[in-house]
Amino acid sequence: MRDVAIVSYAQSRSVRRELGANEVEMVMPVVREAVERSGIPKKQIGFTVSGSCDYLAGQPFSFVSALDAIGAWPPISESHVEMDGAWALYEAWVKLQMGEVDSALVYSFGKSSMGDLPEVLTLQLDPYYLAPLWPDAISLAALQARAFLERTGRSERDLAAVAARSRRDAKASPRAQLAGDFDVERLLADPYLVAPLRKHDCPPISDGAAALVLAAGDLARKVARRPAWIRGLDHRVEPHQLGSRDLTTSVSTAEAGRRAGVGKGAVDLAELHAPFTHQELILRDALGFGDGVVVNPSGGALAGNPMMVAGLARFGEAAERVMRGDAGRAVAHATSGPCLQQNMVGVLEGE
Amino acid sequence: MSEAKPVRAISTPIRLEYSYTAGRASTRFLRGMAQGRILGQRCPECGKVYVPPRGSCATCGVPTEEEVEVTGKGTVTTFCIVRIPSENLSIPPPFTCAHILLDGADLPFFALIQECPFDQVRMGMRVEAVWVPKEELGPTFECIKHFRPIDEPDAAYETYKEHL
Amino acid sequence: MAEEQGRLTKTHVLEYPYKRSVGPVLGRFFTGLRARRIEGVRAPAGAVIVPPLEYDFATGAATGDFVSVGPGGVVTTWAWVMAPRPKHPLDRPFAWALIRLDGADTAMLHAVDAGTPERMRTEMRVVPRWRDERVGHIRDIVCFEPEGA
Repeated sequence: MRDVAIVSYAQSRSVRRELGANEVEMVMPVVREAVERSGIPKKQIGFTVSGSCDYLAGQPFSFVSALDAIGAWPPISESHVEMDGAWALYEAWVKLQMGEVDSALVYSFGKSSMGDLPEVLTLQLDPYYLAPLWPDAISLAALQARAFLERTGRSERDLAAVAARSRRDAKASPRAQLAGDFDVERLLADPYLVAPLRKHDCPPISDGAAALVLAAGDLARKVARRPAWIRGLDHRVEPHQLGSRDLTTSVSTAEAGRRAGVGKGAVDLAELHAPFTHQELILRDALGFGDGVVVNPSGGALAGNPMMVAGLARFGEAAERVMRGDAGRAVAHATSGPCLQQNMVGVLEGE
Repeated sequence: MSEAKPVRAISTPIRLEYSYTAGRASTRFLRGMAQGRILGQRCPECGKVYVPPRGSCATCGVPTEEEVEVTGKGTVTTFCIVRIPSENLSIPPPFTCAHILLDGADLPFFALIQECPFDQVRMGMRVEAVWVPKEELGPTFECIKHFRPIDEPDAAYETYKEHL
Repeated sequence: MAEEQGRLTKTHVLEYPYKRSVGPVLGRFFTGLRARRIEGVRAPAGAVIVPPLEYDFATGAATGDFVSVGPGGVVTTWAWVMAPRPKHPLDRPFAWALIRLDGADTAMLHAVDAGTPERMRTEMRVVPRWRDERVGHIRDIVCFEPEGA
């Protein structure tokens, strides 16, 4: 396997509603920063790939106009996934593994504020049996949450503790949208949204963009003092129908983690893409993380959840901490689909 | 109710509502429209003037901030004659739409040609914007109703061949 | 075009009429619903999949015979909607539930009109409430309700 590393990362601050900038104007400064920090001239970057969702924008091919932010002239080698940018990262990583290019720019963006996000997400569901009932993302997560609490004996207090910890840790992040000190008892006194989930169990609605640069081997060593090497990367998907899965365990995360080699060494920290509080606990269980593993020092998706970006952001946040020397070995995770249907796990290491 | 005909299809309509924001560049342009002005933006690297502006230069990938005002006069770079009727059309076909390169701009945009027999539109034809009455101006591209030919010799091919 | 905090905004409606062909397997399920009959399909490995799919999600093998299931079943998990959204199946607070119908090995999603969350319990039994005019659609079942309600 070829040595491939994340050599730079940039992300906009998550906001509830980006009223001023359109997607292109949101992406441009983030891409510029990631490219500048990478030390690789933009024209030398071998491959560009983005992750975004047309239904967020309400327009087909919206990702094509986002290319205005990149400057695709002379023509560039480019691709797109209609998914979270983490899967764009995966495609770029595969391209680098094939030896066709030595560097890649990965970016993703989403303005969830423009539409009714819970309704928009309903459109990712089976169009015959599920979508016509219009179950929203929070309702589906709540089904999973109750099943998880009932099977494991965890409590709503455990969920509130995840929310409080995430938003407290987010105080240290200038990118976070939702940060502060929240008292668990006060949180539990709030009404349910869709029981057993309360508002604090859910992610905020966020607009944002992120970008990172991958480089291989000697190029990475040349441009970055301490690259975040991707030692393992894998993703697995489960059946779509909720009633065909065990919603309380994430077998795809466990499998992806195994194949990515999570268990091969100590884990200093993990950035897990858990938009809902109970999902962090499910993912911890799947990856075998006890209380000793620091999870989501950035605050995670509970502190800022730009759709199509939040998964890539977990890789970026983990990579930054490795590059800064705050962690020697980190795990990053991204999810896609209802109730953790599809999961990607990566292992990042400093030298 | 007859069981004889098996269900072959299901109806699954979807309807989503969005609230778009114009973005910084489009906002400048639309506010210009409301004043009866056409405002573009110039790329600091290659110098291309975008009308309408998008906030970035698509070839350089950098923000465009310098504002450039252009008049409503321009050249038809290419055109098409629309013959297919559609429910949404307010004008009965056949009619002609064209790419209009405004004087001072580097990218043409798509617009309706009127006040001209549809089959007399040609590449190089000189045109001008026809605006709605002043009291109807607002932040919308529809302030320009259409383009009509003006009494000027056709532009030479050399002057617009790079913009096709 | 509207003004909001000094910014220009505009409402845009995205609407698709979508008529989807269903094929023989899903078509049989929907034809059954129209006649107030619920059917699943048996996978070669033995599981009865409801609602039916053309292929077994576990092995990829083509599914086989149709099997009558339900009409009643058991709630395997549920969630209580405090404030229904306009497109939800019911316009008063209700439960979403995964329901494993009698004879099925998988659960299906639908709404349960229990009245109050206190009436909901994992493992409770529910039965379908049929729509008066049925066309062959998942919403031919208006919702489920507690058995013996």
